[in-house]
Amino acid sequence: MIALSDFLILGALLFSLSVAGIFINRKNIIILLMCIELMLLAVNLNFIAFSHYSGDIAGQIFVFFILTVAAAEAAIGLAILVVLFRNMHTINVADLDTLKG
Amino acid sequence: MNFEVPNMIFALPEMFMLGMACVILLTVAYLGEKGANIAYGLSQFTLIMTAFLIYRSFGEGGLTFDGTYIKDTFSDVLKLAITVINIAVLLYSTSYLKSRGLFKGEYYVLAIFSTLGMMIMVSANHFLTLYLGLELMSLCLYAMVAMHRDSKVATEAAMKYFILGAIASGMLLYGMSIIYGATGSLDLATIASAIQTGGLNDTVLSFGIVFLVIGIGFKLGAVPFHMWLPDVYHGAPTAVTLFLATAPKIAAFAMAIRILVDGLGDVHQHWQGMLIMLSVLSMIIGNVVAIAQTNLKRMLAYSTISHVGFMLLGVLSGSQEGYAAAMFYALVYSLMSLGAFGMIILMSRQGFEADNIDDYKGLSERNPWFALMMLILMFSMAGIPPLAGFYAKLTVIKAIVDINLMSVAIVAVLMSVIGAFYYLRIIKVMYFDKAEQNEPLEAPTDMCIMISINALTVLALGLFPGALLAICASVFF
Repeated sequence: MIALSDFLILGALLFSLSVAGIFINRKNIIILLMCIELMLLAVNLNFIAFSHYSGDIAGQIFVFFILTVAAAEAAIGLAILVVLFRNMHTINVADLDTLKG
Repeated sequence: MNFEVPNMIFALPEMFMLGMACVILLTVAYLGEKGANIAYGLSQFTLIMTAFLIYRSFGEGGLTFDGTYIKDTFSDVLKLAITVINIAVLLYSTSYLKSRGLFKGEYYVLAIFSTLGMMIMVSANHFLTLYLGLELMSLCLYAMVAMHRDSKVATEAAMKYFILGAIASGMLLYGMSIIYGATGSLDLATIASAIQTGGLNDTVLSFGIVFLVIGIGFKLGAVPFHMWLPDVYHGAPTAVTLFLATAPKIAAFAMAIRILVDGLGDVHQHWQGMLIMLSVLSMIIGNVVAIAQTNLKRMLAYSTISHVGFMLLGVLSGSQEGYAAAMFYALVYSLMSLGAFGMIILMSRQGFEADNIDDYKGLSERNPWFALMMLILMFSMAGIPPLAGFYAKLTVIKAIVDINLMSVAIVAVLMSVIGAFYYLRIIKVMYFDKAEQNEPLEAPTDMCIMISINALTVLALGLFPGALLAICASVFF
């Protein structure tokens, strides 16, 4: 039998992985977008685990909404990425340095 | 299985706004470029009617949609403020958008949907409603920042805003999932009663609260989660900066109150320490870094960070007086930043952004009335009596003194003195420096009237703060 804590540890690992990916990655914005998706999926895992073990269905409903919003978010993120590439001809994170101070 | 018909009347303003947003969307889709003027008119009509609907049902309230949605005086006051401020924002931004070739229907569609998101956030009584409102608001704002498609800085700002906003949502959701696990509910009222009953695991609860506070900190722009704010304010077209510097701050404040006070009010000792840190750091970094800025939009962004610090003082006090003070601060702050960014728009012309402090040299000779309005706004932001900003600062600091956090109160007072420096510098530049251009400054009549109303309201709220303070207090007692 898999315990609740196993799911939570996996969720926490995925979440830390995605946060680390966002802050360590200095190369590519697409990887950033992937990390953001991973972050939301880690949260989904948490919700499903809690929902299953407490027998409350609301957590699973929440997951559907998170998935839908994540899709919308990815659409906007990629659209901004396309515009950015057209203007800057690069998607390197380190090149996003016009604004500072 | 029983099905209860929800009491739709409590959400009437939102439903009206949603319907109208769809109408505006279709109008823009059919008419294309020609639809912009119609979209502008329809959006103003929508906002005015929504404000009227909120006003009509002011003070009535209750839960609806199975307890996920709440209508109370708190939500009524904030929603009214959001709609009225957005009416002014759209009024200011139109001429700016026209002169930059950005006058498109999409701006208004996104603005209305974003306003709808803010109103849902303010009325949320459930983590799901709160999250959906937040995302509806944020997704529209990301797109609005990126609207100037040929501008390098705008797209870069949009990308930064998007990534940090998405991280914030992720953090907030992770916190929500942990709180859900600890209390077994997503409903804020049920969470509050579960905490009151006791017997919950304190470690799990405070673990969740950390993530919630980080998420709220990101959305408000509190140090150390403020990195996006100066870049976004600087890079976005001024009309969009104006939009995202005003009403979304009220919505973020409402989110903080809903989660921390309505949901987690009884474990106030768990989040107070974190908020003290966020607040003190915001006040220090915001005010000190603002001194070094030469770009007015960037300077106002750092001043926003410091104002967020002051606002958090009221929230962290954990007393009814403190919450009322923070609410007063949020309302007054968004009114002041509306005026300040409105002024930048007023000064800008085709092909020229008046966003450097040097552009304000000798404004008193070029247009004495505008200089006076800017003077009122800057004095108010610095917190000089008898302007609204003074009472806002006074009430939050009083709330802190009442709970015996003397050291924090001293930091707040010192930082507002340091903050006065860069506001006064603008006044000095306007009144005592020689103008570089001497032609008198002209602006459309509606904008002149709007900026006058805006600044004089700040003055009036400073002379007679009692009414608004009483409304804010009545919400929490």
